[in-house]
Amino acid sequence: MSSIPTDLRYTKDHEYVRAGADGIVTVGITDFAQGELGDVVFLNLPKAGDAVTAHQPFGTIEAVKAVSELFSPASGSVVEVNGALEGDPAAVNRDPYGEGWMVRLRPASTGELNDLLDAAAYQTLIGE
Amino acid sequence: MKVALPHPERFTSRHIGPRPQDIQDMVETLGYASLDALIDAVVPEEIRLRRPLALPKGKSEREVLRSLRALAGQNEVFRSYLGMGYHGTFTPQVIQRNILENPGWYTAYTPYQPEISQGRLEALLNYQTMVSDLTGLEIANASLLDESTAASEAMWMTEVIVAKRPAPAYLVDQACHPQTIAVVRTRARARGIAIRIGPADRFEFTPDVIGALVQYPATDGLIADYRELCRRAHEAGALVTAATDLLALTLLTPPGEWGADIVVGSSQRFGVPMGYGGPHAAFFATREHHKRYMPGRIIGVSRDVTGRPALRMALQTREQHIRRDKATSNICTSQVLLAVMASMYAVYHGPDGLRRIAERVHGFTLLLSTALRRLGYHLVHDHFFDTLCIEVERWALPGIVDAARARRINLRALSPAHLCVALDEAVTLNDVADLIAVFALDEALPFMVDQLAPDVEPAIPETLRRTSAYLTHPVFHLHHSETEMLRYIRRLEGRDLSLTEAMIPLGSCTMKLNATTEMMPVSWREFNRLHPFAPRDQTAGYLRLFQQLRFQLAEITGFAAVSLQPNAGSQGELTGLLVIRAYHESRGEGHRKQCLIPLSAHGTNPASAVMAGFDVVTVKSDARGNIDVKDLRAKAAAHAAELAGIMVTYPSTHGVFEPSIKEICRIVHDAGGQVYLDGANLNAQVGLCRPGDYGADVCHLNLHKTFCIPHGGGGPGMGPIAVAAHLAPFLPDHPVVHVGGPQACGTVAAAPWGSAAILPISWAYIALMGWDGLTEATKVAILNANYIAQRLKGHYELLYSGDTGLVAHECIIDTRPFKQSAGVEVEDIAKRIIDYGFHPPTVSFPVPGTLMIEPTESESKEELDRFCDALIGIRDEIREIEAGVAARGDNLLSHAPHTLEQVIADDWSRPYPRERAAFPSLSTRLHKVWPTVGRIDSAYGDRNLMCTCPPVESYAS
Repeated sequence: MSSIPTDLRYTKDHEYVRAGADGIVTVGITDFAQGELGDVVFLNLPKAGDAVTAHQPFGTIEAVKAVSELFSPASGSVVEVNGALEGDPAAVNRDPYGEGWMVRLRPASTGELNDLLDAAAYQTLIGE
Repeated sequence: MKVALPHPERFTSRHIGPRPQDIQDMVETLGYASLDALIDAVVPEEIRLRRPLALPKGKSEREVLRSLRALAGQNEVFRSYLGMGYHGTFTPQVIQRNILENPGWYTAYTPYQPEISQGRLEALLNYQTMVSDLTGLEIANASLLDESTAASEAMWMTEVIVAKRPAPAYLVDQACHPQTIAVVRTRARARGIAIRIGPADRFEFTPDVIGALVQYPATDGLIADYRELCRRAHEAGALVTAATDLLALTLLTPPGEWGADIVVGSSQRFGVPMGYGGPHAAFFATREHHKRYMPGRIIGVSRDVTGRPALRMALQTREQHIRRDKATSNICTSQVLLAVMASMYAVYHGPDGLRRIAERVHGFTLLLSTALRRLGYHLVHDHFFDTLCIEVERWALPGIVDAARARRINLRALSPAHLCVALDEAVTLNDVADLIAVFALDEALPFMVDQLAPDVEPAIPETLRRTSAYLTHPVFHLHHSETEMLRYIRRLEGRDLSLTEAMIPLGSCTMKLNATTEMMPVSWREFNRLHPFAPRDQTAGYLRLFQQLRFQLAEITGFAAVSLQPNAGSQGELTGLLVIRAYHESRGEGHRKQCLIPLSAHGTNPASAVMAGFDVVTVKSDARGNIDVKDLRAKAAAHAAELAGIMVTYPSTHGVFEPSIKEICRIVHDAGGQVYLDGANLNAQVGLCRPGDYGADVCHLNLHKTFCIPHGGGGPGMGPIAVAAHLAPFLPDHPVVHVGGPQACGTVAAAPWGSAAILPISWAYIALMGWDGLTEATKVAILNANYIAQRLKGHYELLYSGDTGLVAHECIIDTRPFKQSAGVEVEDIAKRIIDYGFHPPTVSFPVPGTLMIEPTESESKEELDRFCDALIGIRDEIREIEAGVAARGDNLLSHAPHTLEQVIADDWSRPYPRERAAFPSLSTRLHKVWPTVGRIDSAYGDRNLMCTCPPVESYAS
């Protein structure tokens, strides 16, 4: 069984979104997604200051025999990127909701975030 | 007794595995009365060819060798000093006999299963180290097809790396080899990149320029300093690619040290014969930070479960089979056998030996230059390595060329007033004397040739002389005696599983017999010593062989014309699509750029389509793996105005003859598109049905699958294309040797007939088998696959079959249920098969979590049974886990494969006996193939990329 924390919101593409007090959201991939991918070996992430668009790729994640695009949950700009993943991509497998976070975004509006799935809906989506 | 007049020996019975009685028994096991009845049930009647192929009957091995000798005799081996990337070389005999002519090396497959491929992986790591050292760049791949395609791959990579520019342009030095300019131009046009050809010293890095290509030394021999050019390029955000020569780099400052970002070239002159164009291994190196954009296979160091260093293919996520239409290249193979030979040449000679060879070549070139100057000739360049460019009076030039011919020497006429001479390792003082006599127009010499011994300065500018060390790793220093070399080659060979050990049932790969007779001509000097641009009157034997082979392949596929130029399946795909594109353009329909590709297609298809400048439109598959005809009809209608065509594999990648193939072709034609047929599975069709008959317009043929060219451990391949009459005018041409159609789609390979030296293999196979044997082989290939499917019933679920419950020439078994029932993944089963002494089938293609098995016609019933027994034995081991007798996650499968070291270790704490681990079947007791490393941790290697020989200490532990 994958871990699906109830305090997070989810996209249909298996990203999670953690809302911060300052309106900034933290994005990573779910425990289920990292399990499906297998050992993560590389991430291609945007730079701080880059603009992102809702439902469009903001980066890629590579395992040994799979590569996936990472989809942005909202339009806005990148505030911070998890630079530690460059040297330690395995953090995504080890601790997807903690050390394995990928980017912090400042959404242009809150509208898109309201369309995200809650934990129960995400659980139904992955059928576990 | 009755005297048999014709010789009773039939090659067909040597090529086909099962004996006649076996065939009958197997057919009956499947519930059919005869082989023909089985075939009737497998191949849809509406596409059947109901007449024999119009080819002669099969001949004996002796007869075919005699015919080949006669053809070889029509080739004349002149001394070719034509250069242009092809040079005479000595293949060390120890390498020729023990690698090039050794099935232990040439029958292996691409190293998909690293635990039984450590030998050639090490040889390839040596190759990458050699290329990286000599070019002065951090990372090299395991080889590409030829220098010209490598240069165009570099252009594509440049386009990806340099941020998108609206109308990109690429600069090409006019002093590049002409075939490279032609291939780069062809590929650039497909991608919408403008090519600007001119002298490198006048390159202008305007904002639209993404990069530049130079040749170092240039095609006319010039050695120029490109440091300033690199500086200007980098200032403008553009990348510089240098096409170069490994032998020259032992004396010249490597491009990596003067600023090049990508370095390409051919390693042919490192002991690989010219072969009238190939096969050879091209090399490709770049800087560390560009590694994720590099095309081709990369070998990297990782570790196995015990922490021991172990090699495997690295960074596979770059490749087309994973990235599909987002891949930066459609390349899916290397030239492994040739890269291994070139790397062994460096191992054999070492850095000092290579430098001595280079200095001798340069010395002879100096000697010749001195003599020519004394004769009053003007040399265009003062700085050169092995190639001189000589100014000649226009009226005198033809006479000099003729005088050379009279002495069996080929010279290159660069222009009506310039000749080029490129010297090589094989040149002797006598050869130089002959050249001097030619240029003296047989007048008495005013000097003695041997007194010209050059006590002169090298013609390499001070600022471009190499100072850095290379090939410092011990592997390049330890094997210089023949005894050591022989043992090193043998040691590596012993780590790999080839067809000399067991069947390699890789689905979609067709690992059939590579008969010894078929391989013989590859070593003959009349076939392998010819320069690809030698005049046609010296290559009559080859030209006749090509003509016959083209006719045979056209008859087999039902098409009108054939191009032998593409030298891999992926190149065949690209060429076929470029032909289709040129056809549409010729009709004023150049806007047709949508290409339909089924979801089930091999990843190379979408990658090739993108390279050809097409947009990919995916067509769904139905539950049985067939193309969803309804979806196809809808997509074809929706895109009718821009439809270029469809790429379809037949029988499908799922190993089934889709009954709807004719209808699929009709739908696409009705929408104005062309049908590209991927010939990967042609082995199920030869003599039974023909793509040209059921509606395809073009198909490629993997001669290394269906027509017996050995896989070489991961190359060479050959991917000729066959086309219907309306596409023949667009077949590719060549800038040096006239081939192809009047409205050619461009040039797709460095040599006019691709890898010519291996075409006699396919020619011999067709001659040996004849129409009767070829058709019989197809039938038995289908029988063998169905026999395996039948024997595995009750043990494994068959994923797909046709309406009659039968498969074509391969079958897919579903191993996904075992994840739930026993915690066993498809990978575990594949690795356990290694313990049983086999190469695993294709893993997770075309469907994740499955195994695709293709036995081919060459495997005997005994071998098929041995393989099925192994799979059934593994199924029993899974049942033990399911029953709780064996532990989940700690069992015979989860720890497979088992090395000798593991099973004899004093410390054994596994819950199963060592004996079962290592000797799971009787046949493994009679002959055991040991994996030399345990299961490999690929993630470790991809996270800690290392692609050159690791320091020796790392092996100590």
